[in-house]
Amino acid sequence: MPAVALPERVSAASDPSGIRLSGWGNYPKVSTELLAPQTQAGARDYLLARSGVVARGAGRAYGDAAIGVQSTISSRGLNRMRSFDAATARLTVEAGVTIADILTAFEPRGFFLKVVPGTKFVTVGGAIAADVHGKNHHRDGGFGTIVESFRLALPGGEIVSCSRSENAALFAATVGGMGLTGVILDATLRLLPIETAWLRQDTRVAGHLDAAIDQLESSASATYSVAWIDCLARGAALGRSLVYLAEHATRRDKEMLGPDLAPFPGPRTQRLSVPERFPGWLLNRASMRAFNELYFRRGAARQGEPRLVHWDPYFFPLDAIADWNRIYGRRGFVQYQCVIPLDRARRVLAEILDRVSRRGDASFLAVLKQLGDGGGPMSFPLRGYTLTMDFPVTDTLFAFLDQLDALVVDARGRLYLAKDARQSRATFESGYPGLAALRDIRRQTGANTRLASHLSARLGI
Amino acid sequence: MTDTKSVLVIGGSSDIGHATALRYAKAGWRVMLAARDVEAAKRNADDIRTRSGVETSVQVLDVLQTGQLAGFVAGLPLLPDTVVCVVGELGDQLRAQTDPELATTIMRTNFEAPSLLLERFAQTFKQRGSGTIVGVSSVAGDRGRASNYYYGASKAGFSQFLSGLRNRLALAGKVRVVTVKPGFVRTRMTAHMKLPAPLTVDPDRVAEDIFRADVTKPRDVIYVARRFWLVMTIICALPESIFKRMRI
Ligand SMILES: Cc1cc2nc3c(=O)[nH]c(=O)nc-3n(C[C@H](O)[C@H](O)[C@H](O)COP(=O)(O)OP(=O)(O)OC[C@H]3O[C@@H](n4cnc5c(N)ncnc54)[C@H](O)[C@@H]3O)c2cc1C
Repeated sequence: MPAVALPERVSAASDPSGIRLSGWGNYPKVSTELLAPQTQAGARDYLLARSGVVARGAGRAYGDAAIGVQSTISSRGLNRMRSFDAATARLTVEAGVTIADILTAFEPRGFFLKVVPGTKFVTVGGAIAADVHGKNHHRDGGFGTIVESFRLALPGGEIVSCSRSENAALFAATVGGMGLTGVILDATLRLLPIETAWLRQDTRVAGHLDAAIDQLESSASATYSVAWIDCLARGAALGRSLVYLAEHATRRDKEMLGPDLAPFPGPRTQRLSVPERFPGWLLNRASMRAFNELYFRRGAARQGEPRLVHWDPYFFPLDAIADWNRIYGRRGFVQYQCVIPLDRARRVLAEILDRVSRRGDASFLAVLKQLGDGGGPMSFPLRGYTLTMDFPVTDTLFAFLDQLDALVVDARGRLYLAKDARQSRATFESGYPGLAALRDIRRQTGANTRLASHLSARLGI
Repeated sequence: MTDTKSVLVIGGSSDIGHATALRYAKAGWRVMLAARDVEAAKRNADDIRTRSGVETSVQVLDVLQTGQLAGFVAGLPLLPDTVVCVVGELGDQLRAQTDPELATTIMRTNFEAPSLLLERFAQTFKQRGSGTIVGVSSVAGDRGRASNYYYGASKAGFSQFLSGLRNRLALAGKVRVVTVKPGFVRTRMTAHMKLPAPLTVDPDRVAEDIFRADVTKPRDVIYVARRFWLVMTIICALPESIFKRMRI
């Protein structure tokens, strides 16, 4: 009676210690021991007894940053909030609490997070470790700027509080330090009071890359700005973009543009999801071209009229589709995110886009953003422009990306570690002059011999 | 007139207890958590307060100290509108077969202690004239199985206790008893097992169904993974002569 048989004889999973793990890009997939402590003390104890270990949040880093060489300590059991002080907007949470958790609880109460990445399914620990940036980095800086303090478990078992005044060097190195200084246990963040949870958005059409950069430059005072580039456009239309500018809508904005809307609408629920076996042939050049064309026509039609946009699709457009990373199939994909310093940005980005459009297999859309000065010594952002694209893994891909790397290195740019799965040591070292500070701290705390992710082993951190 | 309702969750340090209390808190209910592990319960209470803004508190309670149950109920800072009991222990069946002490603990934790405790609440609720008692039992109590019959038998006892209590109170009116039968739930208790995905739910789902059965769509007995109702109906219909030869 197989139909009703309870698959009982509940046996322990065959070998709980060795599982194959990957980041969001499904590349690379490597085996590691996965540990799931349920308390902070448990996390510390696991750390104490292991080497070749690193913390893991929600696994939204694309590559190999959150996979320990031997062991990986998941923070998902550390998912409790601790306290909130409405007067000062200070929130203390354990490291495994996600941005989605925070927004679900506090957006209806009139608070937001000043810095959010493009998905809300990341943990606070992961957001600190990558010093994630939002669409307002040029104005407001990275996630680290909203962090007041955190507690860090060091490989020796010690638990230390870090802030800008207490253990300041450790604080700075941990922000953007990709989990390589210790395991963040909890953190205190400053929330942003908002008048409404809507965004007032303006759309501008830019016919080519220079126009897009002009737009972003001339609207540097906008709180949020980002450009969506059509990677398949070529020639005179190379880099054609829709530039989105937005502000948190005030009560008055809402009265004028959407008087009937609730001021603090809760999160949107996820409705779509990608099946386990997504047919790969759907992702071909013709369908991608059609998609981009549609996307741009729709965007262009909205040019000029400011509109109110719900916060959830505005900040987290891809979150509406669960498991969208499956569309790239078995071999997975990599995201390529570089930043090019201001003075060289136009020329080098045009060169990169030209090569990408000639190759023709990049993602539908690329994202172009302005970044401000970086946070900690290892934070990705630097003053300039960052370009982000997806590429399905193929036999020829990495050689092609090496060519792009050469352009980035030559322009004194760098690649984002939270997206990386393949850059070389030389590329990495030339991009991150702050590396020495991280290595110093790692030596002092003994992390250099104990904490190691596949990323750190690959890049020699 | 805002008359804040309150819920007491016995087993407040557990995953299901935490999720259930949070569900009530989101509807504005005041929350009390009772548990043996006060630290863990306090961590959950802080979480619930921070997420929802409602008042929470923690009570120390070891349900196996049955002599203290009456005092516990009498000593509560306030008598809750609903009490949810999620106390339970799966235990290691194989070990229990040779370790009477463990077998006893499993039976006491799943049947004896919760029954004695909920009886106290039944009496106080009846005196007050209102209240809901939610007992979290298990589908494992619907039919004895080789792999977990100490657990299953004690849950069976607990289910029958709840059923009898419901019958008794039904005649008096106003006090309700809800029996909740979750199937497989992803919790710390089951973290080491391979669970059948289509029949497995998250604690949030159990919490949602408990809240619904109590507040929005009152019911007497609910199966949490709804497919389990069908599965268990079929399993219970199998003749013992066949069932005993199946390894399920
Ligand atoms: C759709 C999508 C959009 C994105 N958009 C952006 C964006 O706009 N801007 C941006 O900056 N990033 C963006 N990202 C990347 C993402 O924000 C980062 O990779 C983030 O670090 C992921 O957090 P996580 O909780 O999933 O951490 P993981 O991916 O699990 O880990 C990331 C790093 O954090 C470390 N870490 C995690 N938890 C801890 C802890 N408790 N203590 C110490 N170290 C820890 C890990 O060791 C690892 O190095 C995006 C990712 C996706 C999938």
